[in-house]
Amino acid sequence: MITVNNLTKRYGPTLAVDNISFEVSKGEILGFLGPNGAGKSTTMKILTCYMPPDEGTATLDGLNTLEDSLKIREKIGYLPENTPLYQDMGVVDYLRFVAEVRKIPSSQRKKRIKETAHLCGLDKELGKHIGQLSKGYRQRVGLAQTLIHDPDILILDEPTTGLDPNQIIEIRSLIKDIGQEKTVILCSHILPEVQATCNRIIIIKEGRIVGSGTPEELASQAQGGGELVYITINGPQDKIQEQLAAQDNVLATRLLVSENGSHRFEVKSPKGVDIRESLFRMVVKNQWSLTELQRTPITLEDVFKQLTTEEN
Amino acid sequence: MNNIFAIFKKEFRSYFNSPIAYIFITAFLVFSGWLFFRGFFLIGEATMRPFFSILPWEFLFFVPAVTMRLWAEEKKLGTIELLMTFPLSDYEIVMGKFLAAFLFLTITVLLTATFPLTLFYLNKPDLGPIIGGYLGALLMGAAYLSIGLFISSLTENQIVAFIVSIFTCFALFIIGEQIVITALPSWLARIFTFLGLGAHFESIGRGVIDSRDLIYYVSVIVFFLFLNIRSVESRKWR
Repeated sequence: MITVNNLTKRYGPTLAVDNISFEVSKGEILGFLGPNGAGKSTTMKILTCYMPPDEGTATLDGLNTLEDSLKIREKIGYLPENTPLYQDMGVVDYLRFVAEVRKIPSSQRKKRIKETAHLCGLDKELGKHIGQLSKGYRQRVGLAQTLIHDPDILILDEPTTGLDPNQIIEIRSLIKDIGQEKTVILCSHILPEVQATCNRIIIIKEGRIVGSGTPEELASQAQGGGELVYITINGPQDKIQEQLAAQDNVLATRLLVSENGSHRFEVKSPKGVDIRESLFRMVVKNQWSLTELQRTPITLEDVFKQLTTEEN
Repeated sequence: MNNIFAIFKKEFRSYFNSPIAYIFITAFLVFSGWLFFRGFFLIGEATMRPFFSILPWEFLFFVPAVTMRLWAEEKKLGTIELLMTFPLSDYEIVMGKFLAAFLFLTITVLLTATFPLTLFYLNKPDLGPIIGGYLGALLMGAAYLSIGLFISSLTENQIVAFIVSIFTCFALFIIGEQIVITALPSWLARIFTFLGLGAHFESIGRGVIDSRDLIYYVSVIVFFLFLNIRSVESRKWR
């Protein structure tokens, strides 16, 4: 549905997007994840034909962004970053305007506005001015605007910024519902959001793709799979470290904190292997004291941190 | 065409969504009414000439107020990004905005028709110069609008758009003024006379509709609307 080939965009001397390629197939919700300023919004601006790329091509549904800009724009619903809206317009007036430029026949406009407003939970806000709405409802108006013409492709740039936790959950489940029939690209710098809604994730950093795959794939791709055990032991530091490393199934150890003779380690083990018992025995055998022992699978958060903060 | 109409409706309505329209119309009518009737009772002559001779100067300040927000606000709010990703061509958006501003200005100007009506009630003024004056006013107003609209597209600050538009219209207006023309070498004087926004207005205002004046105004309007389309497009090659 969406194919991006070697896309590059510069703003003066700054390279915003650096030779990225990816594909999104129909019915997929793709999470576009990256820290602020990684080039997410720039990529979206190119896909929505707001600006052309310096190099490379982007095709949506077989149409090129440079040659068939108008046709592509008809198929897309786009929510730009920060949800820009006309503050002095009424909600209905605004949706009617969008319905008009989206070429919804005038006989169906009323019905579509009602349906979309209902879908986005705006029934009671239709009579108000956009400027009077709270941030959460404005976000919904922005979302309604993207959905009104029932587009095949949805591009949402940080759709949940400024919402309270309940609203975030609502919007996410809304996106998930919509995403069953449509192709969605969801940009975000918030990891749980992408994790909760997307089938596939692309992580970008400084304009380049540094990781892509399903959440599970990413986790194993980045660290070769595995689990982390956090352990805090009172005892001599050198000896503990030595003993830990000597245990079976311990791939790596890392000292996290060291305070008053108490040392906290991060121990990496292969996926599916529980090393807590053997670690416990080791502590007992050496007559140290154990104050913490916790096992966690490697989360996407670890992957994200690793991919976006490390110098590669 | 439908697209132009959709933009046109949105822009036209947005004048009345805020107090802008009401303040503007009231201020314009009070201001021009005062200037007109003050002279009218002094001269005691049934003519609209004082009104039309002061109109270019009023437009200088009023017309940029009509256009200043049309692009600057879209840029400031970020709505321009949505607008430009709707399936509309840049030309349609520019035309829609221009026509909305033009209709708004036309309504404002036509509300001054109470002045000539007063004249007709009191006396028998010459109809030709009045119709010509209004026609010229609308053409000149449209030219100012196209300039103001273009300048609004260059900034996201409405005040900057307002002041730069006043200055640009002012410059284009005074190059045709007698005082400037006499100071120039004759070959330049002829060009400037033609380019000045005011002289054509005066000649239409006499009730003589010359095709050169019409062509002049239409060219100014087309030229600045074209620049506007290019400046909106410029996001693509910057």
